[in-house]
Amino acid sequence: MSLTRQDVEKIAHLARLSITDREMPVYVSSLSSIVEVVNELSRVDTANVEPMAHPLVGQRQRLRPDVVTESDHHEKYQRNAPQVQAGLYLVPRVIE
Amino acid sequence: MLHDLSIGELADRLAARELSSVELTRHFLARIERLNPGLNAVITVTAEEALAAAARADARLAAGERGALLGIPIIHKDIFCTDGVRTSCGSRMLDNFIAPYDATVVAKLKAAGVVMLGKANMDEFAMGSSNETSFYGPVRNPWDRTKVPGGSSGGSAAASAARLAPFSTGTDTGGSIRQPAALTGITGIKPTYGRVSRYGMIAFASSLDQAGVLAQSAADAATALKVIAGFDPKDSTSVDAQVPDYPALLNVPLKGLKIGLLREFFEGLEPRNAKLIRDALAVFTSLGAETLEVSLPHLPMSVPTYYVVAPAECSSNLSRFDGVRYGYRCEGPKDLTDLYERSRGEGFGAEVKRRIMTGTYVLSAGYFDAYYLKAQRVRRLITDDFRAAFDKVDLLAGPTTPTPAFAIGAKIDDPVTMYLNDIYTIGANLAGLPGVSAPCGFVDGLPLGLQLIGPHFAEAKLLGAVHQFQLATDWHTHRPRGYE
Amino acid sequence: MSNWEVVIGLEIHAQLATRSKIFSGSPTAYGAPPNTQADLVDLAYPGVLPVLNGEALRMAVKFGLAINARIAPRSIFARKNYFYPDLPKGYQISQYEQPVVGKGAITVLLDDGTVKSIGVTRAHLEEDAGKSLHEGLANASGIDLNRAGTPLLEIVSEPDMRSAKEAVAYMKKIHTLVRYLEICDGNMQEGSFRCDANVSVRQRGAAKFGTRAEIKNLNSFRFVEKAIHYEVARQIEVIESGGQVVQETRLYDSDKNETRSMRSKEEANDYRYFPDPDLLPLEIEESLIASVRATLPELPDEKASRFARDFALSAYDAGVLSASREMGSYFEAVVAALVTALGQPHAKLAANWVMGELSGLLNRDNLEISQSRISAEALAGLLKRIVDATISGKIAKEVFESMWSDGKSADVIIEERGLEQITDAGAIERVIDEVMAANPKQLADYRSGKDKLFGFFVGQVMKATGGKANPAQLNDLLKTKLAGGQPVSFNA
Repeated sequence: MSLTRQDVEKIAHLARLSITDREMPVYVSSLSSIVEVVNELSRVDTANVEPMAHPLVGQRQRLRPDVVTESDHHEKYQRNAPQVQAGLYLVPRVIE
Repeated sequence: MLHDLSIGELADRLAARELSSVELTRHFLARIERLNPGLNAVITVTAEEALAAAARADARLAAGERGALLGIPIIHKDIFCTDGVRTSCGSRMLDNFIAPYDATVVAKLKAAGVVMLGKANMDEFAMGSSNETSFYGPVRNPWDRTKVPGGSSGGSAAASAARLAPFSTGTDTGGSIRQPAALTGITGIKPTYGRVSRYGMIAFASSLDQAGVLAQSAADAATALKVIAGFDPKDSTSVDAQVPDYPALLNVPLKGLKIGLLREFFEGLEPRNAKLIRDALAVFTSLGAETLEVSLPHLPMSVPTYYVVAPAECSSNLSRFDGVRYGYRCEGPKDLTDLYERSRGEGFGAEVKRRIMTGTYVLSAGYFDAYYLKAQRVRRLITDDFRAAFDKVDLLAGPTTPTPAFAIGAKIDDPVTMYLNDIYTIGANLAGLPGVSAPCGFVDGLPLGLQLIGPHFAEAKLLGAVHQFQLATDWHTHRPRGYE
Repeated sequence: MSNWEVVIGLEIHAQLATRSKIFSGSPTAYGAPPNTQADLVDLAYPGVLPVLNGEALRMAVKFGLAINARIAPRSIFARKNYFYPDLPKGYQISQYEQPVVGKGAITVLLDDGTVKSIGVTRAHLEEDAGKSLHEGLANASGIDLNRAGTPLLEIVSEPDMRSAKEAVAYMKKIHTLVRYLEICDGNMQEGSFRCDANVSVRQRGAAKFGTRAEIKNLNSFRFVEKAIHYEVARQIEVIESGGQVVQETRLYDSDKNETRSMRSKEEANDYRYFPDPDLLPLEIEESLIASVRATLPELPDEKASRFARDFALSAYDAGVLSASREMGSYFEAVVAALVTALGQPHAKLAANWVMGELSGLLNRDNLEISQSRISAEALAGLLKRIVDATISGKIAKEVFESMWSDGKSADVIIEERGLEQITDAGAIERVIDEVMAANPKQLADYRSGKDKLFGFFVGQVMKATGGKANPAQLNDLLKTKLAGGQPVSFNA
């Protein structure tokens, strides 16, 4: 089962990835081959088998106490920011 | 030569003050300067910080403090956040990223007194089996520089194999420690899922990733594992279980140890490779172990399973790279969508984009049940197969890879062929099991690795078995020509 | 009679009042400078991981118990994937299948006195997003992630409401409940309590629901009501003019009183929910549930029932007085002080004053009852003087205002201003005589049948006595004297 160019465009948009026209056929073909490999899974009988999201059985989520442990380090963290003004991270205008 | 010594021997000499950490550090920094250009194993060298750390270690040693890793140099895979030092994850997306904190693994090793020499090259975002997807260019295998070292911890493996440092850290999601260790003739361990903290380790596939080490021997790996293992409250998936004293448990008697040989691993193996593996296994039996054939019937499904689960998780984990708070941002974005699409489209390489898109696809409406849920069900079947096998045997054994190192550029155009390199290693990640690769011979001058897989938290048994093997053999002492 | 039926479901997001965030140790306090309460986890730095705040879980369980819902023994966190600048990870950690709280219900008291049960489908934990700011930024938006990671309890109702009034009643009840439970401060201005309304219409008797539109972020009871009215009218118009209601997200514009389609966020988003691999399944043990149950306060309905029963109050009055724990406590303190002083609760009097005069001044000065300038004991002191007829109800209102502004007790004010009621019949009679003498025309008109002039005489006597004549006595004496009779005098 092959993916079409349209399928790949839709996926690329969901994932916010720009793919150039030149690159597109390569992705269509390689994604199609990958999908062929994963389609093998349909041959396995998994009736009554629970999906396994975590490799460790019997582990459960720890609860942490409701205590403030962090303080303000925004100057240090914002050194990595591409664009900051008045402490805010800037992005192109968002229209709501 | 200093770089021929084991971590234990180095620690002894440092303790006896026959050697200073600064001297040792200078020695390895000089090797990096001379030898790294031909390998491209190290992408950031932290010479000044290393010498400062070495001086601090020397002060601690002078004050009478002793520690198995105190003053010992290390190279960290560039996937671990290192405070104040660039952490690129092999990607243009993080080429300008200075981590503002230390990963727990880094912090623990720092506290133990290691001296970080630099950050190792790797497949971009840990996605790859050849270290050819790095933004910083491919890493070369010191045994043959036209060949790949494996991946994704290719830089760590090449650095350890070439003795640019006594040991290095790596991560293993589908084999990324074990496979490069096998292709470069060193000993690599992927611990049980949850044994080592993932905090600060840039996430690829959260339910599969685990941190480990690439070292010269099981003994050295044991020393390092003892320091990095342990519960971390900052990682919800970290297991709160006591860490055994691995170095003290290496003298595991192999008598009566039952080693399962996976039929699925030996099927289709090239005769010369198969022979090396069987010869290695013969060493185990000569030491008193028994081998039995076992079968994990669902194991052949591990590649399709992995290539649903890992991309699904990574497609979500990598959504945070959007050009807003850190990392690469495209020039002149015209609106928000453009900012996201071009920052990510330009910042990520092709393999990363492929996996993000695969993951997005298998999670998307209409496909979720057929792919993601299905894969997680098959994952349970694979895990159950392993559990059933471990009812009959103590450890499983087989080759780490189907072949020794292949040529740079040989497989990069076909992702599926590349994915099949992971065929022997992926199962352990899906089931969260610990695995080790140890060198067991050469084919056409290139190293081959023997893989042992154990049940959960069997690291001591694994390292002990390999240690006994390494006492009886000397594959792990061979050096690549030019790197003696 | 309209043949249209309105169907409404509400999704309420209540910010849980924890000290630290749901998955990180950052503080949750409101109003800090931008990005000063956003740590590495909140900023979604590479390599960070979430760890669950136990108090957020306890608060969710508390809510579930209060609505008689099933608490899931096993609960899963899931990732909701979408791109938006206020969502740093590119996914929100939320819950999809297996939420903490299952089906429950609450009852609301409607204006016409009827009681309706409204179902709650589920309630789950999730993290809040940051904020986008646009003012003062040319062609850009500024992202503040202080709010990112604050714990939210998303409470989803069944589509059981059939009018805007019912929707508001439900929202108010939930608002009261979360404050009672002390799991949310309910501050809608600050965004701690937000409501989205799912609104659809259908022909009465139709089996299926109509297509619904979601109206987002309604942050006042009034806006919820107005937005629903607008939306219902809009949808009916669309259908009646031959169109189809589009399933979409709309924003309510309170200035224009209309709903508008939201352009940016929604393009049939595929959220690709999957269990978050960084968080393990939550096993909610009986012992945790029991320990949370032990902390449940008397709930609003229980308190209202008790007030109605013990104090013979109407359901309406009991409901108003139990709208918050603080008001309920205040009321009970007034009653207790009256019992101590007079041996009787005088609950209706106390209720009227708390719901009337006191609430009036609290609203005027924008104060919570906990900030009242008149304590429960002080109010009881005033009410005592009404009961023992020291002052009339009318005078009491003046005294009350003075108590509020001057902080003095009722007795002090009554004394200082000589406000005691006149209860000496002789004295009242003398004033009546003077008034009758001064107004012969009105007297003649009254005696010839103009009964309404009774009020005139009452007013004149009150004026002459500075309002201090005991009204009941005045009424009796005036009636008798205007009729020409001689009142029986008890004072010799």
